[in-house]
Amino acid sequence: MSEQATPPPAVTPPPDEHQRVEAAAEETAKRESSFARMMNSSVGRNLGLVIALVVLIIIGVATAGDRFASVDNMLTILRLASVIGVVSIGMTFVIIGGGIDLSVGAIVALASVWATTLATQTMAENSTWLVMVLVALAVGTGCGVVNGTLIAYGRLAPFIATLAMLAAARGLAEIISDRKTQIVDVREFVEFFGGSFLGIPRLVWIFALVSAIGWVLLNRTTFGRRTISVGGNAVAARLAGINVKRHTLYLYMLVGFACGIAAIMIIARTTTGSSTHGLLYELDAIAAVVIGGTLLTGGRGTIVGTVFGVLIFTTLTNVFTLNNLDTSSQAVAKGVIIVLAVLLQQRVAGRNGST
Amino acid sequence: MSAPTNRPLRRLLKTIGAMVAVGVLVVGCTSNEPEAEENAGATGDSNAAPAGGNDEPGETVTIGFSGPAADHGWLAAINSSAQETAESYEDIDFRAAEGTNDASLQISQIETFINEGVDAIVLLPTDGAALTDVAIQAMQAGIPVVNVDREFSSPFAARSTILGDNYGMGVSAGTYACQLIEDNSIADPVIAEIAGLDSLPLTQDRSRGFADALSDCDQEVDNRVAAEFTVESGEAEASNLLQAAPQIDIIWNHDDDQGVGVKAAFDNAGRDEFFFIGGTGSCNAMQWIEDGEMEATVLYPPTQAADGIKLARLIAQGKSISDLTQVEVPRRTVLYAPVVTADNLDEFVDQCFES
Repeated sequence: MSEQATPPPAVTPPPDEHQRVEAAAEETAKRESSFARMMNSSVGRNLGLVIALVVLIIIGVATAGDRFASVDNMLTILRLASVIGVVSIGMTFVIIGGGIDLSVGAIVALASVWATTLATQTMAENSTWLVMVLVALAVGTGCGVVNGTLIAYGRLAPFIATLAMLAAARGLAEIISDRKTQIVDVREFVEFFGGSFLGIPRLVWIFALVSAIGWVLLNRTTFGRRTISVGGNAVAARLAGINVKRHTLYLYMLVGFACGIAAIMIIARTTTGSSTHGLLYELDAIAAVVIGGTLLTGGRGTIVGTVFGVLIFTTLTNVFTLNNLDTSSQAVAKGVIIVLAVLLQQRVAGRNGST
Repeated sequence: MSAPTNRPLRRLLKTIGAMVAVGVLVVGCTSNEPEAEENAGATGDSNAAPAGGNDEPGETVTIGFSGPAADHGWLAAINSSAQETAESYEDIDFRAAEGTNDASLQISQIETFINEGVDAIVLLPTDGAALTDVAIQAMQAGIPVVNVDREFSSPFAARSTILGDNYGMGVSAGTYACQLIEDNSIADPVIAEIAGLDSLPLTQDRSRGFADALSDCDQEVDNRVAAEFTVESGEAEASNLLQAAPQIDIIWNHDDDQGVGVKAAFDNAGRDEFFFIGGTGSCNAMQWIEDGEMEATVLYPPTQAADGIKLARLIAQGKSISDLTQVEVPRRTVLYAPVVTADNLDEFVDQCFES
């Protein structure tokens, strides 16, 4: 009797509560059958996407043969996928964390313009091209800080805050660039990022690196687990001792940082900074993330799925161009693919019984 | 710009200018030089309208101008040249609405002009069909409308229409391509086309003109892609195009704004085996022609809105074009689309626009 009464009922959980919750979640995952585990592995969960991509590749080989299957063409597809891919990785985190960022394209534009102004370029020429890299990353992260602060501490809906940023950042990019295309004269910058390493374009390396880091961050770190719990149930996460506000801020900083990287890549790809860069990236990124199996409501998602989502879209465009088909039919095919991939994804997930 | 205190001085200058001109005529000098000098003086720093029949100051008229958002170089040049032209006339009270790509906003801008009772409206619609109704309203309210670049769907919507020749642009490019094939005796040439936004009638017109001119020398477009007038889309589409066709003889790119990206894709892929023909005539393109990196570009003058302002002023003042015998301003003016090459670059380099 007295034993039961002595420990007063805890009003707040102990500070290490979130660790216990996370450990418990891991424990449950381990207890599942080996089949379910296989289906829950990245390959299994992305089976629908793998099928879609393989079908696309088969169509590509069948219709365009050598031209499609050439190493050059594969690298072209990967290079084109890399910029939107990096943005999509950042977007994956925000969406898993229960938010959304509509301003990614505008942030890419602003960062690309800011990093290529005459002043920045002069500074880069006088010192090192890393100046441009730092400016782009700083601008991207800065926009993320604004987004995150407004959402976490200003309690704005993510949709509204980032919609405002979408308008403001692109407007600012237009003001700074005077709506002109800013050509990059810092050759070292273009040569470094436009060049290759071990025969593979550096842009593709960056995409691979960002994907790998993203995967580790989401699946192997506390940050990742917190992201999932914040997106799954923010109240529970807060009660479990996670600083939800600070974590939300970090998430938007992360996607802003990814936009900064994307801006660097797009500057290298086009050798320009422009306020028209990154048009409709928000939709492309959200589409890639969603067909990659990430829930728009948050709490669940994979990096691998997002990478597949991006690759499917880029390959689709490539196959269409190789076959000399027009853009309208391409748009129709894109729509059909989104629906098919998501349907397939749901089937696979449904049979698996985990969703 | 035109402070009242300046006017007496300017009139005096003009009178002196006219007297000098008359004097020169009396002397019987047939050289062009004095005329050129007078024009330069008139359109230069003083910002005064050049002397001559149409440009004589008349009754002050209010002209409303509405155009799309200047989101790329060509449209920016449209707006700035319209602005400059309007300011060079002291008898124009210029009202410029904020550029927009939203048809409904533009409609409300025109309604505002109607309510204000302006004397004439110069309208470059975001979408010709969408703005037709409100233009008819303006005409019915007795306000002449000058339609620039994108045509209305009804002949009652505009008093006068001034258009660049999109079809003619395609024809010029195609004819020039035919000439290149003949001059270089290319057997079985591979011809590629990088179009702009495919949903716009102007893109369809350009492509139709190109195909028609090519069929004149029994050629056709082998590979066609469509970009979106942005640097980024130009780079992406051109990268895919280069994969689709391992060997190309002639490429026509519709738009020099996106051409910066197209060129970056060529450079990235290290491909330059083809004749590269551009379109619209940006300063970048002219520079490439001078450097021998581009074969030619087909002009699409960004000064049509400026001419629209001039026409609107004449219509509102009840004047005609002084060099024509007609009593009224013509209903339709279609501009010519010349091909700029290294040979005639000097003539056109002043008309280029910064993209």
